[in-house]
Amino acid sequence: MSSAPAQAGWQFKKPSVIPGFGLTLGFSLAYLTLIILIPLSGLVWRSASLGWTDFWAIATDRRTVKALEISFGTAFIAAAVNVVFGTLVAWVLVRYRFPGRRVVDAMVDLPFALPTAVAGIALTTLYASKGWIGSLLEPLGIKVAYTPLGIVVALVFIGLPFVVRTVQPIIEEIDKEVEEAAATLGASRFQTVTKVLFPGLAPAVTTGFALAFARGVGEYGSVIFIAGNLPYVSEITPLLIVIRLEEYDYAAATAIATIMLALSFGMLLVINLIQAWTRKRYG
Amino acid sequence: MDVRVANVRKEFDRFPALRDVSLDIKSGELIALLGPSGSGKTTLLRLIAGLERPTRGTIYFGDEDASNKTIQERNVGFVFQHYALFRHMTVADNIGFGLKVRPSNKRPTKAEIRARASELLDLVQLSGLEKRYPAQLSGGQRQRVALARAMAIEPRVLLLDEPFGALDAQVRRELRRWLREIHDATGHTTVFVTHDQEEALELADRVVVMSQGRIEQVGTADEVYDHPNSPFVYGFIGESSSLPVKIEDGQVWIADRPIGLSTPNVPNGEATLYFRPHHVELLDECNGCIAGTVAASRRVAGTRRVELEIGGGRERVEIELPVGHPATQKSRVTFRPNRWKVFPKVVE
Repeated sequence: MSSAPAQAGWQFKKPSVIPGFGLTLGFSLAYLTLIILIPLSGLVWRSASLGWTDFWAIATDRRTVKALEISFGTAFIAAAVNVVFGTLVAWVLVRYRFPGRRVVDAMVDLPFALPTAVAGIALTTLYASKGWIGSLLEPLGIKVAYTPLGIVVALVFIGLPFVVRTVQPIIEEIDKEVEEAAATLGASRFQTVTKVLFPGLAPAVTTGFALAFARGVGEYGSVIFIAGNLPYVSEITPLLIVIRLEEYDYAAATAIATIMLALSFGMLLVINLIQAWTRKRYG
Repeated sequence: MDVRVANVRKEFDRFPALRDVSLDIKSGELIALLGPSGSGKTTLLRLIAGLERPTRGTIYFGDEDASNKTIQERNVGFVFQHYALFRHMTVADNIGFGLKVRPSNKRPTKAEIRARASELLDLVQLSGLEKRYPAQLSGGQRQRVALARAMAIEPRVLLLDEPFGALDAQVRRELRRWLREIHDATGHTTVFVTHDQEEALELADRVVVMSQGRIEQVGTADEVYDHPNSPFVYGFIGESSSLPVKIEDGQVWIADRPIGLSTPNVPNGEATLYFRPHHVELLDECNGCIAGTVAASRRVAGTRRVELEIGGGRERVEIELPVGHPATQKSRVTFRPNRWKVFPKVVE
């Protein structure tokens, strides 16, 4: 009988009893290449043909910069709002039993399923100065539809299920003993929730934030109806790309898209690093 | 702090988990609540802690009625079976938590809290691990942190719910001895729940044996082991064999003959004889004894366990014999228990 000599140093494949490492890794890589890597590298390739000076000119164009600011800014605010209220919704759904809880629970998923254009039109109708909600806000001097605020409202709508669905299972898993332990140590209910339970939710909340944020940056359908799409004011980046495409300015469109890609990738990377760090600590 | 449980009843959805339980716990005592699962021992512990409210009855801390006080007001230290540490906090923050959540006029300064935490870590022999997170500790270490956390608030009573239940046998034994030392050093009134009789007998000053929501017996390890006061305690604590017998005029009968044991205080009728496997004497000639056919024989550590069929194989008992004893070779053994007890059959 011969046994494989113990190999020292780095090994590409860690010994494992689970078979099929080669096959599954190969499939995963091929699949990701086909679905994600090839289209994205095509994008970068196309914009690279533009040349550095032209690319820089498009990138620093005031309209592009403004559109990027609006896209990332509104997505960030909307994700932040969703973190607060999404966590609250998840808390209520897990912790309390009330008639209609299942209906509310199902309703949370609606933004996933509803065509975004429908959501956009519905929200615009509600928040326009003659709409149900818009007409109430109008006297207060708050305009929602056709302003950046409208974009935030649409993105809050779109992003809500991402936060709720990531945080909900974690709240369900909270050990009752942990709360009882806090109580026996003299913590009030409020202190238990704020000092013990919510910090424990942090990793899930960051994931929810990242998902809602990423979704918000890329959202198109619902936003264009409510935003008003004024250049420099309420024009989001995806719309600017579409406008460039309609002008047959493919180079500019791909250049803007590449910038967006780089920014999104950078931000998601940072969020992932934060998560990896919290995971490592809390285990 | 004395704790007195007076006529407490607790129902969950009309199902009684505790039926009229009374118990006096003296200050500084280490008490074990021992019983099988479903006996109500954890419920009793949680009632003392205030994690549950009694359906009826009163719980006194010293002279004061604590029944309607909240958990926070009772100031008890509770240690959970699965530790229930706060996993996003370091060991030091876990221990300091109870001090940190105090209202500002009673809260020690940050430096004091830190000092207290490291003092307690010394006590539980984990100094130097202040900055670790619970996920980075072993099960035994986590349970020590949980105990340190419970002691940080200077509790009036320390309550432990199956504190060693989730640990392996080696660590259990180690922590058992260590808990005894801590108790002797700090003198907290301590109540712990366990289903492990060895743990209860070895560790506790007094053992409370519980079954089906009732307290069966309260006593020292010697009392409950040597003088069990009910069939349940006899069967639950230590090993025992039992045989159905008949009492006639103070004599114990098996089937149609007396076995030479007399018990004047038990009324005539059906009863059950209990004895420990090692409390038997072998008899050569049988004028009043129990006779059995050897059904199986096992080597258990330094002795040999012999399983006997009595009365044509309907009943089986175990007795313990020295390893080299000639009787282990025989197919028929006659014996008589030298320490035993008869309980009259309870009419249900």
